[in-house]
Amino acid sequence: MSVLEDIGDNAIEHLAYVGRLSMQFWSSLLAIPRILPMVGRRGRWLAAIQQMAEIGVDALPMIATVSVSAGFIFAMQSGNELRRFGALSLVINIIAIGFTRELGPLFTAIVVSSRSGSAFSAEIGTMTVTNEIDVLRTMGLNPIEFVLAPKYVAALIVVPCLVIMSDLFGILAGGVFMLLSTKMTLLMYLRAVANSIVLRDLYTGFVKSIAFATIVVHVGCLEGFKTWGGPEAVGRSTTSAVVKSTLLVILADAVFTAIFYVTNFNS
Amino acid sequence: MTEPIISVQDVSFSYGTHRVLERINLDITRGEVIVLLGASGSGKSTLLRHIVGLEQPTSGAVYVKGVDINRCSEQKLDSLRHSMGVAFQEAALFGSMTTKENAEMPLHELTALANPVIDIMSYLKLASLGLGDACHLMPDELSGGMKKRAAIARATALDPELLIFDEPSAGLDPIVSAEVDELILFLKRLFEMTILVVTHEMVSAFRIADRVAFLYQGSLIAVEDKQVFQASTDPRIRRFLDRVPVHIGESAAVQRQLREMAGITGV
Repeated sequence: MSVLEDIGDNAIEHLAYVGRLSMQFWSSLLAIPRILPMVGRRGRWLAAIQQMAEIGVDALPMIATVSVSAGFIFAMQSGNELRRFGALSLVINIIAIGFTRELGPLFTAIVVSSRSGSAFSAEIGTMTVTNEIDVLRTMGLNPIEFVLAPKYVAALIVVPCLVIMSDLFGILAGGVFMLLSTKMTLLMYLRAVANSIVLRDLYTGFVKSIAFATIVVHVGCLEGFKTWGGPEAVGRSTTSAVVKSTLLVILADAVFTAIFYVTNFNS
Repeated sequence: MTEPIISVQDVSFSYGTHRVLERINLDITRGEVIVLLGASGSGKSTLLRHIVGLEQPTSGAVYVKGVDINRCSEQKLDSLRHSMGVAFQEAALFGSMTTKENAEMPLHELTALANPVIDIMSYLKLASLGLGDACHLMPDELSGGMKKRAAIARATALDPELLIFDEPSAGLDPIVSAEVDELILFLKRLFEMTILVVTHEMVSAFRIADRVAFLYQGSLIAVEDKQVFQASTDPRIRRFLDRVPVHIGESAAVQRQLREMAGITGV
């Protein structure tokens, strides 16, 4: 009986979490117009610009390092096997398609989650335990509009750009491998890359990047808003934000890939 | 008899099975300073959070200017909140803003005033609270008393009808504490504000109060003029006023818990 109760309690808890996440998502969509320049509240878009620098520009070195390393590892591992079948040139397809459809969005989401998702959670968690969020509410200001929406707008703009950068770095790392392993020139490599990917592959990556940005921002912020207790609770929220957003990003990736596979979107 | 600006009617509130507030009834009339006294854990801050709409009562209702704040629309609640100013216990200044930016935030967010007008208004407000030289300091650079005054400057930025303080003297030395008391009286005299102060500092309470409300273990057991309250013969109030410590063995809750422990009888 207690096992069933535990399962039921867990199910209710997870459903409640998804419910809160959905309500927060809806509120943020309603708040987005008030963040935009010209039509939004004065100066609110400046907060979004500042967030773009923090989420995007500051993350670029890490995205570059991860993508170059992964691209090189991926090329070496696949090249090792494909060379035995005389199909070394397929490394180009694997790298180009793998990064644009899959690895670029995934690595970007994981880096943004670990850097910015945790920072959102820590920032909002601290604001919650120090009553700053209560201050906003008692002023009649919506914390979603004030705190979350600028981050969300920034992430929606910056994460797809980071994905493109990740794709480029990964593909260039594959190029370095090919240049070192074959007599291919850089121009030949880039031409082969251009021939192996189609616009749909880029759409796939774009759709995923929007979805992953949504997950990372909303989970990070919700964990912050849920923070309850003292400073140690902020630490717990931060850990929880990274774990949950990374898990949800990978689950969402599996779902998207399955949908694209079943609908033959990429073929 | 004028209509109360705040009317708390039969409000009860529980955290799970723990009853925090028990059928609270309290009317606050315009222009008075009412002090909510009670020992730590008696439910004072929880009642304050109900009055500003940060908590939903388990039963009962809170009316602000005749509107049930738990059943009105979000927009109506926000407009009511614009007529309130709340200064929280820990000041809750926004850490990323200077003192002046904190003080002028309600003006920026909730009015259409031009920036130069806001600059002048916020400077005058800070100067009247003795913070004219601290405009450009960050909250971390302010002393405890300065933080409280900056929080008051922010809470009074829109010249609210109702001003609410949560433990304004907590953590302050007697001189700064007396300064905060004088400030509260000054605000009452100058702006004819209705002021609710939550505290357990008796010296401060009797200096500023017109009426005193006393919370005892979640129940409001007295709402009196301060002279009547000071002369109360109720043993629970006398114990608080005369600073008689509660011995652990005399606590009904401790006795009940000890009785419930296995092997302990006759306590």
